[in-house]
Amino acid sequence: MSRDKTPHIKLGDIMETLRAKIIVGQDKLDLPVKTGCASDLMSDMLRGPTNGSVLLTGLNNIQVIRTSVIAGVVAVILIRDKKPAPEIVSLASEHGLPVLSTPFTMFSSCGRLFNKGLRGIE
Amino acid sequence: MPDLQRSFKVKFNDFMKAGDVSVQIQSILKAIGFEPALIRRVSVCAYESEMNVVMHGGDGDVLLTVGPKSITVDVRDDGPGIDNTELAFQEGYSTATHEHREMGFGAGMGLPNIKKSADAVEVNSKKGKGAHLKMTFKVE
Repeated sequence: MSRDKTPHIKLGDIMETLRAKIIVGQDKLDLPVKTGCASDLMSDMLRGPTNGSVLLTGLNNIQVIRTSVIAGVVAVILIRDKKPAPEIVSLASEHGLPVLSTPFTMFSSCGRLFNKGLRGIE
Repeated sequence: MPDLQRSFKVKFNDFMKAGDVSVQIQSILKAIGFEPALIRRVSVCAYESEMNVVMHGGDGDVLLTVGPKSITVDVRDDGPGIDNTELAFQEGYSTATHEHREMGFGAGMGLPNIKKSADAVEVNSKKGKGAHLKMTFKVE
């Protein structure tokens, strides 16, 4: 049982809000997302309480997937319509980590999700 | 006698594989059934130090030791060593290249993150003679 008061939103809601395409994890649209974080710095991701969080990032490399696995991130959202390379898709699938791609910029993506009720990891 | 000991190889500059050892360590600890918060601390430290070996170290190895009262992660490499340990632990200090930064690393947070997350950290390094980082985590 989760003890925090913030309502979780589902990955499917995030997908809709960000008009995102789902690249990995079509079967996980019901996944609850606790918080959001946005970063291009992987070491920053390793600092905070990122478990159960969705990661918005402009980085598009295999370390995003490994960092997310270590940091307990539940889904990765690539901004500005970035398309992941096949090895990224394959590693994410191996770990059951959903990957989405949104046409919005980092700022607009964060704003849209905040409006929808998603909060940061503070 | 430790309950479990596993060693892994880490290859310098192999960015496709970088982090894989730490992901394996994370699954071993999950399978044993440790507390998620402890698993996170160990995995984060293993990952930061594995990335350090891949980016700055040289070829190296990681030794995971799980005992009844503690978990230890020993990371050794045969690279150029840490020039100034005090500086290396200072937040924001970095010797990373442009390539490392493009991958989202090199913000000078690796060793500071390790210091924050481990219960004890020992560094043994001499210029030109590699580095040994020993991180210990108490098991409650």
